[in-house]
Amino acid sequence: MADTAMMEKAVIETRSYTRLSMIGSRAVLMEVDCPFDLAHQQRIWAITEAAAQWDGVAEAISGMTNVTLLLDQPPRDLTQFHRQFEALWVSGIRKEVEGRLLEIDMTYGGAGGPHLAEVAQMAGLSIAEVIEIHSAPDYMVYAVGSHAGYCYLGGLDPRLETPRRKVPLPRLPAGSLSVAGLQTGISASAGPSGWNTIASAEVAFFDPFRTPPALLKCGDRIRFNVAEVLA
Amino acid sequence: MIEVQFIAPMATVQDLGRDGYWAQGLGRAGAMDALAHRVANCLLGNDEGAATLEIQMTPATFKFTERTAFALVGASCSAKLGERSLPRVWAGVAEAEATLTLGTMGTGDANGARTYLALKGGIDVPEVLGSRSTQLREAFGGFEGRMLKAGDQLRPRDRAAPPSSTPEISVSLPPLWDGAEITVRALPSAEHDSFDADARAAFWSEGYTVSAMSNRQGFRLDGPELSRSATAELRSHGIYPGIVQVPGNGQPIIQLADCATMGGYPKIAAVIEQDLWRIAQAKAGQLIRFQRVNLDGAADAAAQAQAEWSALSRDIEATIEQQKGWA
Repeated sequence: MADTAMMEKAVIETRSYTRLSMIGSRAVLMEVDCPFDLAHQQRIWAITEAAAQWDGVAEAISGMTNVTLLLDQPPRDLTQFHRQFEALWVSGIRKEVEGRLLEIDMTYGGAGGPHLAEVAQMAGLSIAEVIEIHSAPDYMVYAVGSHAGYCYLGGLDPRLETPRRKVPLPRLPAGSLSVAGLQTGISASAGPSGWNTIASAEVAFFDPFRTPPALLKCGDRIRFNVAEVLA
Repeated sequence: MIEVQFIAPMATVQDLGRDGYWAQGLGRAGAMDALAHRVANCLLGNDEGAATLEIQMTPATFKFTERTAFALVGASCSAKLGERSLPRVWAGVAEAEATLTLGTMGTGDANGARTYLALKGGIDVPEVLGSRSTQLREAFGGFEGRMLKAGDQLRPRDRAAPPSSTPEISVSLPPLWDGAEITVRALPSAEHDSFDADARAAFWSEGYTVSAMSNRQGFRLDGPELSRSATAELRSHGIYPGIVQVPGNGQPIIQLADCATMGGYPKIAAVIEQDLWRIAQAKAGQLIRFQRVNLDGAADAAAQAQAEWSALSRDIEATIEQQKGWA
């Protein structure tokens, strides 16, 4: 068994740049090599919605230009899922969402934004420029996850692109606004984080006794208002 | 009813986890060692998904305020009911005013790292979003959304006093591991092939030590550095318990019951669901080896684990019936 296993590739790829891999014995990651923008993410939302109805799929979630499936049983073969994913991707199917806009007052820097200066340095910008660039756009919720109610936001200005931290922080408080890669978001509860934290706010993104518990969903938008800047 | 007189941190009420909220970012939670949890329930005739108390640090002392049936299953922990020593897998009845003490667990020669306390019908806590598991990060579910502390009282959902003929049962479980090492089966994951050849070889052959920075969320491991030439940041994607991520320091992290629903570190492998209980019972300093399997191997392992559980639960049920007959 070891010999045949060693010869198999861990990842199945095709020329249209879709790839499937296992992230658990019942969990399949379906990725596509495409630009990271709203038009492509809308295709991901549409495929996620369709995939949730496929035979053998218990849950389907949207990631950032990828879809993860939780299956009822460990699969012996991914060909069928791959074919379905490929067909939907090639079809160009999209889901447009008329979402709500949430405005949040932010405190940039200080104890709640410990990596603001570091991000400015990495980006070759002043702190004021980082804040101005970061708070300028409305951000679209591309995906919900990591922890309950957390929103992955699209629309970060590429000038603010930074690497993840090499060693994650063990505990970042709720309401922390962080950036990493071309992503940004506010933590919904206290927990570990590998991102760079530049600001903080008070907002309840998840309440188990609310229906639905998560405040925002894919397609909703967030606007960051600069309430305060701390050195 | 059972009252906590003393308990070390991190004891939480858990069941088999909370499904259906992945898309809202809520992790599954649930028992780290689902096998021990199920056996504890089975010994009391409970549904296997009934809530139990997961204890991962000792000492602990409980007092029974009335005659109560309970089961204790998992790590060796020098458990004593009054003056009497209990085996690693036991179910029976405690008289009113009896004391249950748990001693050393997860260190030295004692096997295992977690034990599960079950009550008849399951521990009586409210069901929230379809489960009684504690979400430690979000602070809801389980017992008031938190770890237990002295003075807390746990009630069984089945309040009937145990009949005088209630049998005492102990069964043997598969050994936790052979020798000092734990072997778990794993599938290669998305970035596996992009790790350097010697890193991949080391990962599948050398073994990794469980570090002290290990909890319900995940175990950080120490061992040969896993280097990778590709450095581009990955786009965030779904992750699931069992995923082995490798952050920039080259040391792997196995995500477990309280793992996040999405992540972005490179993934070298995914431990199969059926072997996660073995990791739950690994102590700091213990060596974990990864055995590579393919999709058929993972599916076969799942089928085999299901067959073994059916056989074990039938054995337990037969033992209960037999002992009832003797009583």
